[in-house]
Amino acid sequence: MNDISRNALPTQPLTWARVRPGRRIADRTLKVVCALFTALGAFVLGWILLMLLYEGGSALSLDVFTHVTPGPGTEGGGIANAIVGSFILTLLGIVVATPVGVLAGTYLAEYGKGSKLAEVIRFVNDILLAAPSILIGLFVYTLMVPPLGGYSGWAGGVALAIIAVPVIVRTTEDMLRLVPGSLREAGAALGAPMSTVIVHISWRAARAGMVTGILLATARIAGETAPLLFTALNNNFWFRPDLMGGVSNLPVMIYQFALAPYENWRSLAWAGALVITLSILALSVVARLLLKKDHAR
Amino acid sequence: MVALSERMSLSTMQTIRRAPKTTFDPLFRWASVASALLVLLVLAGILGSMVYGGWPAFREFGFGFITSSVWSVGKGEFGAWVAIAGTLTSALIALVIGVPISIGIAIFLTQLCPPWLKRPVSTTVELLAAVPSIIYGMWGLFVFAPLFARYVQVPVSSLVEGMPILGTILYARVPSGVGLLTAGIILAIMIIPFIASITRDILDQIPTILRESAYGIGCTTWEVVRHVLLPQAGVSIIGAVMLGLGRALGETMAVTFVIGNANRLSLSLFDPSSTIASRIANEFNEASDLHFNALLALGCILFLVTFAVLVLARLLIARVRNR
Amino acid sequence: MTSIAVTASRAIGNAPAANPTAPVRIAVRNLDFFYGDFRSLKDISLDFYDRQVTALIGPSGCGKSTLLRTFNRIYSLYPEQRAKGEILLDGQNVLSPSVDVNELRARVGMVFQKPTPFPMSIYDNIAFGIRLYERLSRAELDERVEEALRKAALWDEVKDKLRQSGMGLSGGQQQRLCIARTIAQNPEVILLDEPTSALDPISTGKIEELIEQLRTEFTIVIVTHNMQQAARISQFTAFMYLGELVEFGPTGKMFMTPNKKQTQDYITGRFG
Repeated sequence: MNDISRNALPTQPLTWARVRPGRRIADRTLKVVCALFTALGAFVLGWILLMLLYEGGSALSLDVFTHVTPGPGTEGGGIANAIVGSFILTLLGIVVATPVGVLAGTYLAEYGKGSKLAEVIRFVNDILLAAPSILIGLFVYTLMVPPLGGYSGWAGGVALAIIAVPVIVRTTEDMLRLVPGSLREAGAALGAPMSTVIVHISWRAARAGMVTGILLATARIAGETAPLLFTALNNNFWFRPDLMGGVSNLPVMIYQFALAPYENWRSLAWAGALVITLSILALSVVARLLLKKDHAR
Repeated sequence: MVALSERMSLSTMQTIRRAPKTTFDPLFRWASVASALLVLLVLAGILGSMVYGGWPAFREFGFGFITSSVWSVGKGEFGAWVAIAGTLTSALIALVIGVPISIGIAIFLTQLCPPWLKRPVSTTVELLAAVPSIIYGMWGLFVFAPLFARYVQVPVSSLVEGMPILGTILYARVPSGVGLLTAGIILAIMIIPFIASITRDILDQIPTILRESAYGIGCTTWEVVRHVLLPQAGVSIIGAVMLGLGRALGETMAVTFVIGNANRLSLSLFDPSSTIASRIANEFNEASDLHFNALLALGCILFLVTFAVLVLARLLIARVRNR
Repeated sequence: MTSIAVTASRAIGNAPAANPTAPVRIAVRNLDFFYGDFRSLKDISLDFYDRQVTALIGPSGCGKSTLLRTFNRIYSLYPEQRAKGEILLDGQNVLSPSVDVNELRARVGMVFQKPTPFPMSIYDNIAFGIRLYERLSRAELDERVEEALRKAALWDEVKDKLRQSGMGLSGGQQQRLCIARTIAQNPEVILLDEPTSALDPISTGKIEELIEQLRTEFTIVIVTHNMQQAARISQFTAFMYLGELVEFGPTGKMFMTPNKKQTQDYITGRFG
């Protein structure tokens, strides 16, 4: 019974070699394949960025940032109006989307807990989040272009806002849900009405996450082309103060110029592509850094 | 013990309180509800405007609208089949290529990746998702397509020439690099970051104890993945795939650059074609009358298909993202 | 007597004696409480005396926290919770719908088990409650904040960092901040829901000292699962079990010579 030698442990060493070869091969294959796929992803990203830096970089000059887009056949030119126009449209979109998105997200997290209506709205919001942006462009067209008498920056801004709202709703709700209930109770226990508790305590506690959500929404709409095709369109002028007649913007400009027969147009398209991609990537990185900093606290 | 009772300042007497503001609270609540309802209204609006605008085309062509492959602006005859087929095929190709790669990346990130590599790889995936679709389009057209034409289309075409089935689907009459297959490949690259990051979140949420018990009995990584993780995550991963499908169906700009925008039906994957989104993007601004309605009718079809896919995805995938 | 009862009785000697001739601040009459269909408080009737510390003790789930939370109607944040009966604060039934619940909460303050500093500066934490109901000049506000922090025995530790976030304080300091926040509103009653159970012994000691000092100004009701704590700092004790009030009386008498056997069993540690 106590004779250990009878129940001796195997004297062979515990090595990988003892595993049946089939299993080993399968495991190794998996690891190689997964690593390969990941490398492929990194490779593609690197390739795209290099392409942009090369083609776009060679197209850059001071003129690019100071001149407006050239007409067909005109030499030279720049993309200054498109850059400013994109800025305006994105700003408009976010300014409209933020109050709606934050309030809707607040409803879902604070007032709507457990209500059927809130469940439905959450569901619909998730659908909108992934809806084809071209359909949103069509929708806003029917709503705002013939009625207002033509393409406009307003229509473009609204289309971008519709794309941004679901993102902001989602992040606002998620962030507010992370605020502990005890904090809200403490606010209510001092006699603060619900709106005060939400605005001064919940929003404050979730501030970093909510701002990140807004920044991510901004990054998303800054690069959207399809919804602008039928709303703000594009032109070769500075924007008009009333924003009518369309507003020139980078994405649609790139689309039009990249496929054009003119050399300078194509080169400007590359410059625009570089500018827009770098801006969006920078914004995304900043947004994520902000979130990480808050989590670390 | 300090006799605090001796410090009888004014404040310890009954405090005179002003009435709390009573109007702002219900107003705030009302504004929140209204904003939330706006979300519903927008969805209803999109559907409504598509149906309303597309109705004349549906009425004119009936069910034949969906099955006819004639699309002629001059003759005023429109059929959606080419666009529908193109949309479905390119999305399918994107899934076939993209899903395995996405899952592979997700597995790498959650099971195989050394800790120091996790952040850079995650960031790479997120940056890939952040790149605007139009940039993918440009990369596809100016970088990928020429290479694809030279190194894939030409050799494959000459290889399959004359063969029964392959000779039709993989034969390029004009090897320009653009076409259905190219579009599918570019779409695959675009949906990979989405499916990969959702799948990664799903895998991360599987309790560690399940994983550890499998490793504990001597399973290799492959076996843990195959027999424990994937079955556990199964339904949610299908949801993630559906989300990717929804994206692929509706993607416009990347596809428009590389699909060639042909209105004719062709059986070859190497030939140009079009999708609903690319058709609308190309023709909408010059369209009028029935052409206009036909395009909106296309939009309606796209909306219904995407909606169905997204609803299915939402039902399958529990709300995973809890950063 | 068991050792627990011995330590309890030693502790009693430190607290000032109960004063049953003090006026009644809160009178509870026939109170029932429901979580959905479940009746968790059964016909409770009880008096709380002005400027005395009353402890609510009992095993987990006896309803002591539930009872506490009816006094400031904090339960009304949750739709499935309801109270029936009367709770008279200075003669007015606080459960009546005509009473403004927010104003009630400014008069009846509450400190929770887990310290909950708001995500703002220490100064703003205190000022938050004051600003809700009073319009004061900057100088007056400064004075009130300082006063509240002094009363909470926190002033010396934070006077140089009023602008820093309240969340940077230690656990014991955060809880004293929450107490300061509550007393800044000059409530009539302060409710304490196991205020020291999440704190280390030294912080606990400081807070118990604080409660002793506050008693001269405020009526205090404290829920505690720590009997020695109840014996140390309270003048009256109520023992609850399974949603019912079993016994109530001056702390000394409750711990030394309780009337009911159930009380005796709990205090000597036979259950709970």
